[in-house]
Amino acid sequence: MVVSRGFRGRGRRDDSGRVPPGQYLTDDFPVLSAGPTPQTSLDEWSFTIGGEVDEPRRWTWDEFRAVPSETVTVDIHCVTKWSKLDTTWEGISVDTLLDGVETSAEHVVAFCEGGYTTNLPLEDVTSGRAWIAFGYEREPLDAEHGGPARLLVPHLYFWKSAKWVRGLALRNEDEPGFWERYGYHLYGDPWREQRYWGD
Amino acid sequence: MAGAAVLGRLTPAAPLAWRVATVAGVREETPRVRTLVLEVDGWPRHRAGQHVDIRLTAEDGYQAERSYSIASGPGDGLELTVELVENGEVSPYLVEELVTGDVFEIRGPIGGYFVWDPEEGGPLLLVGGGSGVVPLRAMLRTRPTGVPARLVYSARVLEDVIYRDELDRLGSDVVVTLTREERDGRRSGRVGADLLREVGFGPDDEPRIFVCGPTSFVGAVASALVDLGHPPERVRTERFGPTGR
Repeated sequence: MVVSRGFRGRGRRDDSGRVPPGQYLTDDFPVLSAGPTPQTSLDEWSFTIGGEVDEPRRWTWDEFRAVPSETVTVDIHCVTKWSKLDTTWEGISVDTLLDGVETSAEHVVAFCEGGYTTNLPLEDVTSGRAWIAFGYEREPLDAEHGGPARLLVPHLYFWKSAKWVRGLALRNEDEPGFWERYGYHLYGDPWREQRYWGD
Repeated sequence: MAGAAVLGRLTPAAPLAWRVATVAGVREETPRVRTLVLEVDGWPRHRAGQHVDIRLTAEDGYQAERSYSIASGPGDGLELTVELVENGEVSPYLVEELVTGDVFEIRGPIGGYFVWDPEEGGPLLLVGGGSGVVPLRAMLRTRPTGVPARLVYSARVLEDVIYRDELDRLGSDVVVTLTREERDGRRSGRVGADLLREVGFGPDDEPRIFVCGPTSFVGAVASALVDLGHPPERVRTERFGPTGR
């Protein structure tokens, strides 16, 4: 253990067991994006499930919002070290969107307005573990936080919860997404501190 | 996105090991900002724009991790420039407490997106707010002569300008604008479309654009650049939020 002389630390000691290693708690909601915030009109917005599926599916915004949604309260963990507890979201479970889709794929790429992508195992976005969220703290999701809709996969580092998501492409092979090509971990489990390649 | 070119590097990576960093020197940049000159055994060469993770450990075993941009150019050793954040946990230690000879843990260099290598070419349009200038300064330091560059740097007051002497020596390549005071020979006001149109490169010059600073600054500048006609995929951003402690 390398002790830094005189460092005592003023962070909240976490006794909840809900803060992964190397993270600190924040009450704010910092914004992290690779580029400008896209401006999408809801008239042009659509959500697609494609790739290795029997038949692609597509929803317009109105169709999408007519799909039954859920309200969930979850903890989120950003790879830049902040964690935020008890965030409340409204969104559609990915299970609902995939209901009845025939596929042999085991991976998925979320693709977004502006070309951003992120890769996930299919099993990490099913079984009630992922949503396409359009509401945050009972308000419509702000564009800077990913509105009109973002992926929400709270059990992985938050870059996997891709902002401005426009669809999911099912894949037979794992295919690195945007940050994953630039040095970030292919899977990103905060509890195993999988921040970067090789972690 | 410029992703395809780096796919070749997706070979299984060795873990980024934690190493011991020893403070070899400190430089006061402004009353709230300090540069740490570090010595780290086996530290690999970094690219301009990359960052590091640091980890502080208290006597009782409590640890805190944070990320900081690298301030030095590749080949110039390893320097971090840290701004004091009020009520912060790590930055007060780094800025006010740490002295030469002290140690902490570090790993990196990290990141392959908000980086600029000379091979990518220019021109280079860098827009920084506050301590967002740090990774941009690393880019300026790696720029070969012949690559046109312009740094537009927003600070509150002249006293807050980091690397002031170094940047002043770059002449018209650097445009400092002060948001909270007026000074002879300095611009004042926020970075907006007007200033960027006047001193930045236009879309026809196809500049490589890097914007770094607080969230609201980056949001406003990135939008202004897109409004001026720069393609969004040309605008690489890095933000630090209100909690950058």
